[in-house]
Amino acid sequence: MSLRESFRVAMSALVANRLRSALTTLGVLIGVMSVVLLVAIGQGAREEITGAIEGLGSNLLFVLPGDGDFGAAPTRSQFTLDDVDELDRELPGADRRVAGSVVGGEPVQAEGERLTTTVQGGTAGYLDVVVRSTARGQPFTESDVATGRRVVLLGAAVADQLFPGQDPIGRTITVGSIRFRVVGVMERVGGTAFGPDRDREVYLPITSAQRLFATTRIDAIFVRASSTATIDDDREIIERVLERRLEPEAFSVLSQDDIIGVVGDILQILTLVLAAIAGISLLVGGVGVSNIMLVSVSERTREIGLRKALGARTRDITRQFLLEAMVLTGIGGAIGLLLGIGLAELVALFAPIPAEVTLWSVLLALGVSVAVGLLFGVLPARRAGRLDPVEALRHD
Amino acid sequence: MTDRPVLLEAIDVSRIYRLGRDVEVPALKGVSFTVEQGDHVAIVGSSGSGKSTLLNLLGALDRPTSGEVRYDGRDVQTLSDTELAELRNRRIGFVFQSFHLLPRLSAVDNVVLPLIYRPGGRRERRQRAIAALTSVGLGDRLDHRPTELSGGQQQRVAIARAVVTEPALVLADEPTGNLDTRTGEEIMALLEQLHAERDTALVVITHEAEIAARAARAIELRDGLIVGTAEGDA
Ligand SMILES: Nc1ncnc2c1ncn2[C@@H]1O[C@H](COP(=O)(O)OP(=O)(O)OP(=O)(O)O)[C@@H](O)[C@H]1O
Ligand SMILES: [Mg+2]
Repeated sequence: MSLRESFRVAMSALVANRLRSALTTLGVLIGVMSVVLLVAIGQGAREEITGAIEGLGSNLLFVLPGDGDFGAAPTRSQFTLDDVDELDRELPGADRRVAGSVVGGEPVQAEGERLTTTVQGGTAGYLDVVVRSTARGQPFTESDVATGRRVVLLGAAVADQLFPGQDPIGRTITVGSIRFRVVGVMERVGGTAFGPDRDREVYLPITSAQRLFATTRIDAIFVRASSTATIDDDREIIERVLERRLEPEAFSVLSQDDIIGVVGDILQILTLVLAAIAGISLLVGGVGVSNIMLVSVSERTREIGLRKALGARTRDITRQFLLEAMVLTGIGGAIGLLLGIGLAELVALFAPIPAEVTLWSVLLALGVSVAVGLLFGVLPARRAGRLDPVEALRHD
Repeated sequence: MTDRPVLLEAIDVSRIYRLGRDVEVPALKGVSFTVEQGDHVAIVGSSGSGKSTLLNLLGALDRPTSGEVRYDGRDVQTLSDTELAELRNRRIGFVFQSFHLLPRLSAVDNVVLPLIYRPGGRRERRQRAIAALTSVGLGDRLDHRPTELSGGQQQRVAIARAVVTEPALVLADEPTGNLDTRTGEEIMALLEQLHAERDTALVVITHEAEIAARAARAIELRDGLIVGTAEGDA
């Protein structure tokens, strides 16, 4: 019996049981759709975050509290502004920059408008180091930092909200309970789905921020090396300098690649977990196919007996039922794939979550759905093929 | 007796059904006879005497527990399942008491069924099926479903299906059992006519003496043994 003929017979059986076929397909359809959609979202998140880190430039070193193990509980920072000064003195190179930052959340207020923002305190070089710039006004000067001047730079969204349609420069706002003069507005970054919204931050000289938060510590130190080539040497110098005062476990120096590596790994695992969860629903769909095929075999026992009496070989019967299962899952897979891609695009349109449909998830979903058909079709198909023709014909 | 070539030989055939572990039902206990090309044999006997069991063995649907069923000199016992399927497809046509038509297929598609298990084009198959249906008088019922046909018509479709492959042997297990007397006579007349026209051997199980009498031989079974062979009128 030709493959084409087997296919025709399988299709006619499926069409004869339209509703049942459609419902069985639905299980696989949902499974494939969720695999494609969830992997797209996971992958999109990964691209987005890695992109954001890469945007900082490849010669940036992060000095963070703790031993750099992302699984460990956060450690209290032991850095102070003296560490920033000392690193600044000791690191070689003309165009390298060292900056410190301290972060907190505080309500800000102006003319009755009130909102909660992230407050970033930074040293004079901070904005340069993290590649941010002001749209209008001037960043802090060394003297602003040295004297703890009460000046503030507003994120674009904060400016919009506190001073809609007005020029905020020169105006006064309250951060926490202290009044600050607005000296500039930051360049708009645009929303990202992950991490803090950079446009909803305000920037203070680090000394002013320390006073606001009532601390002498700083949270992190950023070092922009003169070039990518010197980054390893710089890292060693940083470690040596800090170890004069701190335990090696109290801090860690991470390059952009380190962070992308760790964050990327975490997100990759997240994506795989999402894919696995979606895969379970695909598996359940496959079990449904198996189940329906078994029912179908037992319903059509007499038909199988007849076909055998008329000359169908075991393999003709097996192939017919296997094809039925594969057509069911294949159609479910194809429709699920299209819906998954469609939904991913839709999510990307309406939610700030970027979705990235990857070739591997598409191939995986299609391959798996056909494989599911094969896997879960084999049992019923073999059962059908093995039926004894005499017994099968007597079946009622 | 003629001396035409032998089509099939049953040599001391027995068939024991096993129920559970140690219950054995001997349905045939050593049966021997031959069917020649173009032969016409009736098998008679009371219910449970082993007629259907024998027919299944002759039809290569089943293998004997002991003894030999030889087709064209080849022992069925030595053939693989695939070879048995091919033997059934090429050499044998079945007609069942309960018709066994596939309800979702039209008359033509039911007749096409055995042809899809052998090489050939779709159009050619359909043409052969139409020819077979025409030869059983159903040329005007090609696209009817079994449920849209009378019992006699359904059995005609089944007969067309049995002969469409031009088999050497047609096996019929009480082909008139589900039909009224008149329709049954028509069906038997049709089977006998096709047998005569095409020189196809016909083995038919029947309860009716009249039908048995028209065969070349009538073999009587009782408790799995042949208790008599009557030469018929033919
Ligand atoms: N699959 C089976 N398993 C066990 N015993 C069986 C099986 N098929 C038939 N038998 C037994 O074998 C014997 C012969 O059965 P068979 O069907 O050949 O009789 P039959 O002559 O065709 O009867 P009928 O005229 O009623 O159709 C019976 O005793 C029956 O119970
Ligand atoms: Mg019987």
